[in-house]
Amino acid sequence: MTLMSLVRRSLRHHALSSAVTIASVGLAAGLTMSVFAINSQTYDAFTGGRVGFDAVLGARGSQLQLVLNTVFHLETSPGNIPWSLYREMADDPRVTLAIPYAVGDNYQGYRIVGTTTQMFTDFTYREGQGFVLRPGGRVFDESQKEAVLGYYVAERLGLTLGSTFQPYHGLQFDEKARHEDTYTVVGIMEPTNGPSDRVLWIPIEGIFRMSGHVLRGSGTVYRPTADEAVPEEHREVSAVMLKLRNPQAGFILNQTINQQGKVATLAWPIGRVMAELFQRIGWVSRILTMVAYLVVIVAAGSILASIYNTMNERRREFAILRALGARRTTVFSAIVLESTTITALGTVVGFLVYGAILSAAYVIVRAQTGVVLDALRFDHALWLTPAGMIALGALSGLVPAFKAYRTDVASNLTPLS
Amino acid sequence: MLLSVSNLQKSFVSPDGERTPIVDVPSFTLAAGEQVAVRGASGSGKTTFLNLIAGILQADSGSIQLDGQHLTAMTESGRDRVRARTLGFVFQNFNLLQGYTALENVMLGMMFGPGVDRAHARGLLERVGLSHRLDYRPAQLSIGQQQRVAVARALANRPRLVLADEPTGNLDQRHAGEALALIREVCSEQQAALLLVSHDPTILSSFDRCADLAVLNRAGSLPS
Repeated sequence: MTLMSLVRRSLRHHALSSAVTIASVGLAAGLTMSVFAINSQTYDAFTGGRVGFDAVLGARGSQLQLVLNTVFHLETSPGNIPWSLYREMADDPRVTLAIPYAVGDNYQGYRIVGTTTQMFTDFTYREGQGFVLRPGGRVFDESQKEAVLGYYVAERLGLTLGSTFQPYHGLQFDEKARHEDTYTVVGIMEPTNGPSDRVLWIPIEGIFRMSGHVLRGSGTVYRPTADEAVPEEHREVSAVMLKLRNPQAGFILNQTINQQGKVATLAWPIGRVMAELFQRIGWVSRILTMVAYLVVIVAAGSILASIYNTMNERRREFAILRALGARRTTVFSAIVLESTTITALGTVVGFLVYGAILSAAYVIVRAQTGVVLDALRFDHALWLTPAGMIALGALSGLVPAFKAYRTDVASNLTPLS
Repeated sequence: MLLSVSNLQKSFVSPDGERTPIVDVPSFTLAAGEQVAVRGASGSGKTTFLNLIAGILQADSGSIQLDGQHLTAMTESGRDRVRARTLGFVFQNFNLLQGYTALENVMLGMMFGPGVDRAHARGLLERVGLSHRLDYRPAQLSIGQQQRVAVARALANRPRLVLADEPTGNLDQRHAGEALALIREVCSEQQAALLLVSHDPTILSSFDRCADLAVLNRAGSLPS
């Protein structure tokens, strides 16, 4: 028999109120850990994660829109830039890699991006890690109507090697806007756990020649024909994805293109652009955090209330314990230990709630952005929240513990005779 | 002398400030192993007298010396320690904890004293005839069985003195006699002194030494 056995008895004796309190603590702990973990993981994924490019060159306009459209395959395209700008970047010694993107079509709501085979041969989305194709697949032939699919889109749409599909015009799926061209899947990527998993990659030539598309690279409308190459002056791209030799190159290009130029926008550095987005929508995160804190406070209140409400019926129990020789500090400690135990059990439940919320967030965030959240990734919130809640639980126990401390033994033990 | 009380006084103050003397005992002693009954009518201060000796209540004045320790000079935690190690208590309404089994109730009597000794607790319950009810909760036991658990618990920490407050008050005549015999036997076996308060003449008559609280109290000091 120990102090803990007294606590265990009490929890069992007040099973319903204990269970409700443990559940509310679990909800609060799980919610708080989830808010912090999702915040930090999405921030990392969007500001410094597996992007692989240093800068994006696109039409004059919003840098944020440009990054969202090309790197995260969200948002609409701000417009096109002439092919010549791509050529300039590709030839610029300060640029180590320039890959053109042409967007504007989708399949079942998933983006189709026209690009070059460099995307699969030269590009690395993180240090030393390029796109890897699943066994049996290969990179598309730039002269053919072939496609390489991101892992997620292939999985979701059930497309396999040899499958065919017809692209739809626009970035939103509209079944009336189907192109006549048919593409064959020749490669499926291994997962990158990033936005690229949600993309259907086809040759950029395919976008130029897609039925119904017109090119305005030269300022006039040009309709490609099947039997002749598309002249470079008519070509246009949605963006040019850039890897720069060093940060100074980004600084100089930023000066040249954004400050002095008027035809294009350079989004650089990508992490900074996205960080600005998070600063702009930081209030959402702050509100979520405040809600989480409020839930924590409510949970602490419910611990206090649930124990305090039992104090009247337990006064006799405390008096008996005191009559058996328990000190005031012993019954005080028993109550604080009880509130601490409730919170500790609650935080265990909290990890289950955290797992459930992260699992739901995993599905939603992956479907919307391709970013994969990791419930097992260490976050300081995963130890700070339980530690903080246990401390708060102990504090919540102080009020009823003080009441138990002050229990008068003689008057609660037996009627005077 | 195991217990020595001198000039012990205790009053209660009503909400309107009126002070009512409850106990005013000039002298009372109890030898080690002795068994003494104290007679007192309802409201005569019997329970208060026991609570003072147990250190549950603090006396207004006077002294209580128990097993060589000056209880009245001790801090509250000191008195708690004495209660946990030197005293056993049998209450009229038994005061068993409802969420605990018979065995656990007895072990509770050890928890704050010398430490839990499951074998000793089990032995005590066997001694009072409850070896087949170790895992029963109080609500599952008869009144007589609950009383026996209370006796076993009072002796759990091998006390020098057992205080019994109307221990048979909730039992019928036959069971009261059996319970009293059991308490006295077990106290003798455990070499514990017994101080029992009661208003039941049958119970009181079985003791060689029986004091009347009205006589113990200083003549004329208490309201009649």
